[in-house]
Amino acid sequence: MRTLNTTKRKTRLSNSNLLFMIAGIIFVLMYGFALISYPGSFMHFQTFFDLFNLNSALFIVTLGLCVVMISGGIDISVGAVCGLVTMACAMFLQSTMGSIWGALLLALGIGTAFGVLHGFLIAYLEIQPFIITLGGMFLAQGLLTTLHKNPINVTMPAFVALRNFTIEIPWLGTVNRLGFFIPCEIKPGVIVVVVLVILYAVLMKWSRFGRNVYAVGGNSESARLLGINVKRTMFFSYVISGLTAGISGFVFLMTTGAGNIGNGALFEMKAIASNVIGGILLNGGVGNLLGAPIGTLTLLTINELIRAAGVQSNLQAIVSGLLLYIFIVLQSIIMSLRGRRNFRFALPSWLKPHQLQDEKKIEN
Amino acid sequence: MSRLKAYANRLSHLFLPLSVLALLIIINLIKGTDYFSITMVNGAFYGNIPNILFGASELVILSIGMTLVTAASRGQDISIGEIGAITSATFVLYVLNAREVTLLTILVGFLISCVVGIILGAFNGTLVSVFKVQPMVATLILFLGGRSIAFMIDGKVSPILANEISNKIGTVIPGVPIQTPIILTAVFIAIVAIVLKTTNLRLYVESVGINPNAARLNGIDPKKIIFLTFLIMGVCSAVAGFIAVNKAGRHDSVNILKFIMMDAILAVALGGNSLAGGKFSITGSIIGAYTIEMLNRTLLRLEVNPEAIKSFKAVFIIILMVIASPVVRVMVKKVLDRAKMLYAERQADGLNNTVVSITGTTGKKED
Amino acid sequence: MQSEIILKMEGICKSFPGVRALHNVDFVLRKGEIHALMGENGAGKSTLIKVLTGVYEKDAGQTILDGRPVHFKSPQEALNMGIGTVFQEIMLCPNLTVAENMFIGRSRNNFVQWTKMNAKAAQILDSLGIQASPTQELSSCSIAVQQMVAIARAIDMDCKILILDEPTSSLDDDEVNKLFALMRELKSRGVGIIFITHFLDQVYEISDTITVLRNGKLIGEYQTATLSQIELISHMMGKALSDVSEMKKQEQPKSRSSVPVFEATGLSSAAGVRPFNFTIEKGEVNGFAGLLGSGRSESVRAIFAADKVTGGEVKINGKQVKLKTPLDAMKKGIGYLPEDRKHDGIIGELSVRDNIILALQVMKGFFKPFSRKQAEEFANQYIKKLDIRTPSTNTPIESLSGGNQQKVVLARWLLTHPMYLILDEPTRGIDVGTKVEIQKLVLKLAEDGMSLTFISSEIDEMLRVCSRLIVMKDREIVGELSGKNLTEQDAMHMIAQGGK
Repeated sequence: MRTLNTTKRKTRLSNSNLLFMIAGIIFVLMYGFALISYPGSFMHFQTFFDLFNLNSALFIVTLGLCVVMISGGIDISVGAVCGLVTMACAMFLQSTMGSIWGALLLALGIGTAFGVLHGFLIAYLEIQPFIITLGGMFLAQGLLTTLHKNPINVTMPAFVALRNFTIEIPWLGTVNRLGFFIPCEIKPGVIVVVVLVILYAVLMKWSRFGRNVYAVGGNSESARLLGINVKRTMFFSYVISGLTAGISGFVFLMTTGAGNIGNGALFEMKAIASNVIGGILLNGGVGNLLGAPIGTLTLLTINELIRAAGVQSNLQAIVSGLLLYIFIVLQSIIMSLRGRRNFRFALPSWLKPHQLQDEKKIEN
Repeated sequence: MSRLKAYANRLSHLFLPLSVLALLIIINLIKGTDYFSITMVNGAFYGNIPNILFGASELVILSIGMTLVTAASRGQDISIGEIGAITSATFVLYVLNAREVTLLTILVGFLISCVVGIILGAFNGTLVSVFKVQPMVATLILFLGGRSIAFMIDGKVSPILANEISNKIGTVIPGVPIQTPIILTAVFIAIVAIVLKTTNLRLYVESVGINPNAARLNGIDPKKIIFLTFLIMGVCSAVAGFIAVNKAGRHDSVNILKFIMMDAILAVALGGNSLAGGKFSITGSIIGAYTIEMLNRTLLRLEVNPEAIKSFKAVFIIILMVIASPVVRVMVKKVLDRAKMLYAERQADGLNNTVVSITGTTGKKED
Repeated sequence: MQSEIILKMEGICKSFPGVRALHNVDFVLRKGEIHALMGENGAGKSTLIKVLTGVYEKDAGQTILDGRPVHFKSPQEALNMGIGTVFQEIMLCPNLTVAENMFIGRSRNNFVQWTKMNAKAAQILDSLGIQASPTQELSSCSIAVQQMVAIARAIDMDCKILILDEPTSSLDDDEVNKLFALMRELKSRGVGIIFITHFLDQVYEISDTITVLRNGKLIGEYQTATLSQIELISHMMGKALSDVSEMKKQEQPKSRSSVPVFEATGLSSAAGVRPFNFTIEKGEVNGFAGLLGSGRSESVRAIFAADKVTGGEVKINGKQVKLKTPLDAMKKGIGYLPEDRKHDGIIGELSVRDNIILALQVMKGFFKPFSRKQAEEFANQYIKKLDIRTPSTNTPIESLSGGNQQKVVLARWLLTHPMYLILDEPTRGIDVGTKVEIQKLVLKLAEDGMSLTFISSEIDEMLRVCSRLIVMKDREIVGELSGKNLTEQDAMHMIAQGGK
């Protein structure tokens, strides 16, 4: 019996893409609002580029966290690891055997070490991710303050040169008060962000590992029955998160030039918020990697808006919280509207929901 | 005899925190045998043990709330420090704006802060019970934004709480040898004990945590119980904030009760409670909280770098979690079963040898 | 129909602590055959499948696949040998596309070739007549389509044997037809299908052969064409093999008061029960007869307000009441012993004592806890009364045997002295001697004035205690039996005919 699909059904937008588009639209609206309301601050291209220039590390951390969140886990150590790496690299660069490649290797090493630790304990020993990565966060913070309490300015010439390296965009720029044309600048950190975004997007969309991550996040039990090595996938998602946090530490150092115990503070919460805004669901399995940078942009734009409006900086945290709240509620409304009966994601153990009506399992 | 057995059974739940406590005491005694010495300073007890009791006051109260939240909702509340920051900010605001500071003022201020705590607890509770958001996610919101709200309330400047009564609350009431925070904590524990004795809170919370479906079919509304535990948590945070701000003498939105949720969760876990909900032991959590305080101070006493303490605690938690992890438990059980079997075989062999020596033949059938 | 045998299971035995799940069961599957595997709860269907696919290790017997004995240690091994299972709960990833779900986890390629994958998926879907686009997210497909995608995956993996575990439970008629069309296509390709279901009509529509299990034993293998519904039902529900002495059957309830204790009209619930009417008198014992899935449990849950009540009126002793939650029902004197003890009944880690006093305690209120002494008294009273085997009242209920757990939950409701008690499969997992005790207890309670609803999958149990049987089929009431019509034959006839 053969039937032909004579009518090509128009396929509905996937959940990941829908949330991504919403995130994108909201960002555009937000930025548009900013442009209109505070043209003085926002009407310059440089402002946009500065979002990236000054916050490259946050973008990078959000990317790594995105992978973990899609797999259904969480990693709240990323901020602390980032901070630790900045201090460690700063110390290394200032020491006699300092070298840029060495520092980079150190950054990757520290990040990967944390990632491996977390990944092993969470994936193979089946311990709750929240507690383990919280422990990792404290471990990193402790190591950070143990290493060096005071800020270290990196004065090593090669590094300073790297920091100061800027790419100028000649055709974009502003005219300053004295009448000189100043072209827009992009810092090296942005290059790293762009490269990583492309790399990770390809990873999540086209690689077997990336698709496995989605599968595990969607329903880990099904993924197992479908032949995917769930433990290995989860393990590597944490390794990636750690590795990325390491990279972000190096980039952070490039951005600020100094190792400081306050570096990376609250990054993990901002990264989670950014991911949620960007359409990556906390339960896992849903989200477009490109949503991570969009979400970060949105979060940063809101903060800039607040600054431009002259509101105190401490309100930023309230705004992050409020934004997160709105997005969580919005997303759950959208998902439940879209949701069909009998469909459920298998929720990972760290996010055990309060299910009141477990479906009835028929005893045979 | 069976009463003793029953008592021993109950104590076995407390095995974990008590053994860690014992270990710490031993370590401390090795460091200096005068560990338990108590002196009188300014008319109050002073020494390692009183200091621990003093220092852990807020943590103990918060751990009690966290125990209930964990037991019923199978998750953790990470905003407890921030709620404490907000409630203590309202307390300070009220007190500083009062014309004169009497005991009544303090009391009213305290009650106001408790109400604020209940409101914030309700915020979290609604998200978890009605909107079915996971506790960690729901409380992430207040965690992120809470301190800024507190900041707004106390007006950016760390207001100083310099009045006699606060001083007495924060340190000691003249004539009473025990510091006030310790007394307050003891009173709180007593109230909790009374509540547990005179209501069905334990039964309801445990039922909901273990099997919400069955609980519902027996007439318990899991949503209401979960909501209630968050309200209680809010009150606990308010009380803890009250003690903290009176101890410090000023309200520092940034640092008050900072990251205390970590210690609270640790105290609950150390107390032998499952982080996945169900049966709970408040006593365990209380002992766990004091143990953590002792751990902090022991590390200081051993002259561990104060910054490194965080790392130590982190490693400690991780090891604890590893030991308690299901995978490791299964492995340990297998090893123990193997050992039992080998032991039993040895016994049997020994018996056979005896049989052989007596009868000259083996009892075993030849295959 | 080809009669070449592709699977033969002989003398399969499997036991778990305390229960013999399978005893000497044989099963044969032929090429291109749709073979229905039927039986009530506890019959052993799912155990047999789990043994076949390697989830369980069998105690005895052998499995012969394509003439060669096989022994699977995991479902993966079974899959590799061509036995695919489609579970009742869709074991796919809802957030992935249809095509991805068909191919993920199968290839060793490090990169996904979307165009190729989508094209291949489209081809397979087309050839099987499945209406779905390869690029749509699985969650946007209906359950029926999701199931068919799962089947498509199995087929593409060259499965020669396909096991469908209750595939039609959540499907509407249209979707069932589509599924059957697919099954017939597969049949024509020579795939052997094991179809586990409890829907009689469907079995008659699609299957070639029927194997009936009961209490872990093989009752027989039959040709669908030559087996009448009544015969099938009698095989499935027939006399239990327990040796039970004759008990006095319940006569008309003593006080025939004009006002029934409980009366419901047009009661419906969110669990999918169609509006039904129900009455029960004081001192009456009635029961719900019907096969698995006929809606008996859902109906009584609606009475207890265990599921969300969506319509209807309820009168208790003539007065209209609104029962919105289980607590409302409890306060009005109704009790409910759930069918699924593990899921809905016991609070695992709590002690036997706490489990016994739970319902009564909740009725008493939040602020009035029983003293320890009082609770102990209650617990001991019922431990004695029902002969509950437990080391102490403090023992966590989950360490008791199934039968004793059941007794504890029964004790819980007896303690509340309800005026109307609903017992859904109260004797499941209980030994024969205790079954009789419980039946006697039910009769005694009725004699003392309690009204009871007794549901059991063993019809002769119900016949022994009930004075009235409400017969259900496919989620609606098809009739009532009482008096001299209260016989097994009549019940089975009514189920078979379905009131149509």
